[in-house]
Amino acid sequence: MGYPHQPHPKETVVLSQYFGEAEARTYDGWVKRGGYAALKKALGMEPAQVTELVKESGLRGRGGAGFPTGLKWSFMPKEKKRAHYLCCNADESEPGTFKDREIMRWTPHALIEGCAIAQYAIQAEVAYIYIRGEFTEPLRIMERALAEAYKKGTLGANAMGSGKRLDMYLHRGAGAYICGEETALMNSIEGRRGNPRIRPPFPAAAGVFGMPTTINNVETLTAVPHILNRGPAWYKGLSLSNPKSTGTKLFSISGHVKRPGNYEVTVGFPLGELVNEMAGLRDGRTLKACIPGGSSVPILNREETESCKLDYEGCVEKGTMLGSGGVIVFDDTADMVYQIMRLTRFYAHESCAQCTQCREGTAWTVRILQRILAGQGTMKDLDLLLDLSEQMTGKTICVLSDSCAAPVVSGIKKFRGEFEAYIKGARKPVLAHA
Amino acid sequence: MSAHQAAAYEPVFTEERKKQLDELLQRYPTKRAGLLPALWMVQQARGWISDRAMAEVAEVLGLTPAYVKGVVTFYTMYHQHPVGKHFIQVCTTTPCNLCGGEGVVKALLEHTGCKELGATSPDGKYTVIEVECLGACGFPTPVMIGDDFIESVTPEKVPELLKKYQ
Repeated sequence: MGYPHQPHPKETVVLSQYFGEAEARTYDGWVKRGGYAALKKALGMEPAQVTELVKESGLRGRGGAGFPTGLKWSFMPKEKKRAHYLCCNADESEPGTFKDREIMRWTPHALIEGCAIAQYAIQAEVAYIYIRGEFTEPLRIMERALAEAYKKGTLGANAMGSGKRLDMYLHRGAGAYICGEETALMNSIEGRRGNPRIRPPFPAAAGVFGMPTTINNVETLTAVPHILNRGPAWYKGLSLSNPKSTGTKLFSISGHVKRPGNYEVTVGFPLGELVNEMAGLRDGRTLKACIPGGSSVPILNREETESCKLDYEGCVEKGTMLGSGGVIVFDDTADMVYQIMRLTRFYAHESCAQCTQCREGTAWTVRILQRILAGQGTMKDLDLLLDLSEQMTGKTICVLSDSCAAPVVSGIKKFRGEFEAYIKGARKPVLAHA
Repeated sequence: MSAHQAAAYEPVFTEERKKQLDELLQRYPTKRAGLLPALWMVQQARGWISDRAMAEVAEVLGLTPAYVKGVVTFYTMYHQHPVGKHFIQVCTTTPCNLCGGEGVVKALLEHTGCKELGATSPDGKYTVIEVECLGACGFPTPVMIGDDFIESVTPEKVPELLKKYQ
């Protein structure tokens, strides 16, 4: 539902059904709403069967990459020779994205249930939920919910009387965007600096503590109980565009809109309707640009936004990505050059600094953009930015560097006039000096 | 006593806290993994993490002080210096920036008397910093004061808000 606003009739409410209902946060309140039935069901099946159901549903990772979830689970060793781990990525830090926060705040048991099912399917006795340090309220709520789940015997040495051990722990981050990258997250759990690791080995072979590990996003895991309860065919049927993108997805809308918040729609939903009708532009304003999948994906102009389908393939068709579903809206008052500088400043701040292209590239990108905003740029700076961005793409251990380049390249391509206005002196400088 | 002589250090991990940490360590197969939680415990107890405290954590977990410092400096939420009684973090990343986040920073700097980002007010009450994305972009502008998370702050709401944090 359109939390914190009234539900919109065009939403397809599955994960967000109980947002805003305090009782749903409690164990009993959750059970009353059908909670933990899916876990019970899963515990009565073979682990491989559970994975098969998730595979059939077509569920794909909601954290950004969109990798098929069931397939990821099936990469885990079938025969368990060493400890297996599940990591839940609750380090939601992608600018524009705030869906996992609401899932944990309102339906903590939904996440616990999803984690427990995944743990069973991949034969992991231990799950770590890595929650970003700033999420103090979700952390408290999750702590309370976990304590309840242990007390009721849903978790622990004999989870739901199944004879299986399912342990689940919260691990609090300490302010590093990069720890949302899966291998950096695992390093952070291990008590290390959050530097991403070179792959291979992939987590299913050697993940956290060097053991086979699966890592999934909060929203992905929260969808799993629904698939168990209602069947993969039902989930697969939730598709407006193509069979490769199924289910519902939470879209967080922010920026220049009247009703910001989370909206849950079937994938393939038109982005234009979401922005113009559901969230709504401010009175008298027109749409200039939109970032559909969190700050790391290329910017769309108005025409592209209004013809974009919100699924993995639809976004790629428009030259962008569905990402985490963080929709940032810019109306005609937005200064694209300043906002793009602000985005790149984010990446420069968050670079872990282990790869040269990223450490130097993000910092220089900011400096060049600031020079332009101070009225000291030259036309050559635009070519320099594009050249720099190319050197920052596809050359590093993780994609933070690529993410910094994405708004710069798409921004210069689509809003070149605004950059030139600063360079040619047609626009008054907004920064005092570079 | 000369000023160079080390002042007495009161360890963080004694009695109750030591027990708490030992319990936490049960969750992980290695002692090193207890580092982030241990550092949080230090910060909660002392308000910041001194070099001496890092050395204590290193000793408790069987790590070197240099290793611990390397980790502390990686994560922005660990304070390596004392901060004001109320540590204020304001989001100014793009979505909040579009909605006036920078105005909230300005109002906070003015009304707390901090004047400058990262500086502590002369009365020692406040430190204000800009922070990159607090993950609540639909509620611009989110502000964290200590462990409290406050949504939808505008420059006008700042004076009233600060009254609660004296």
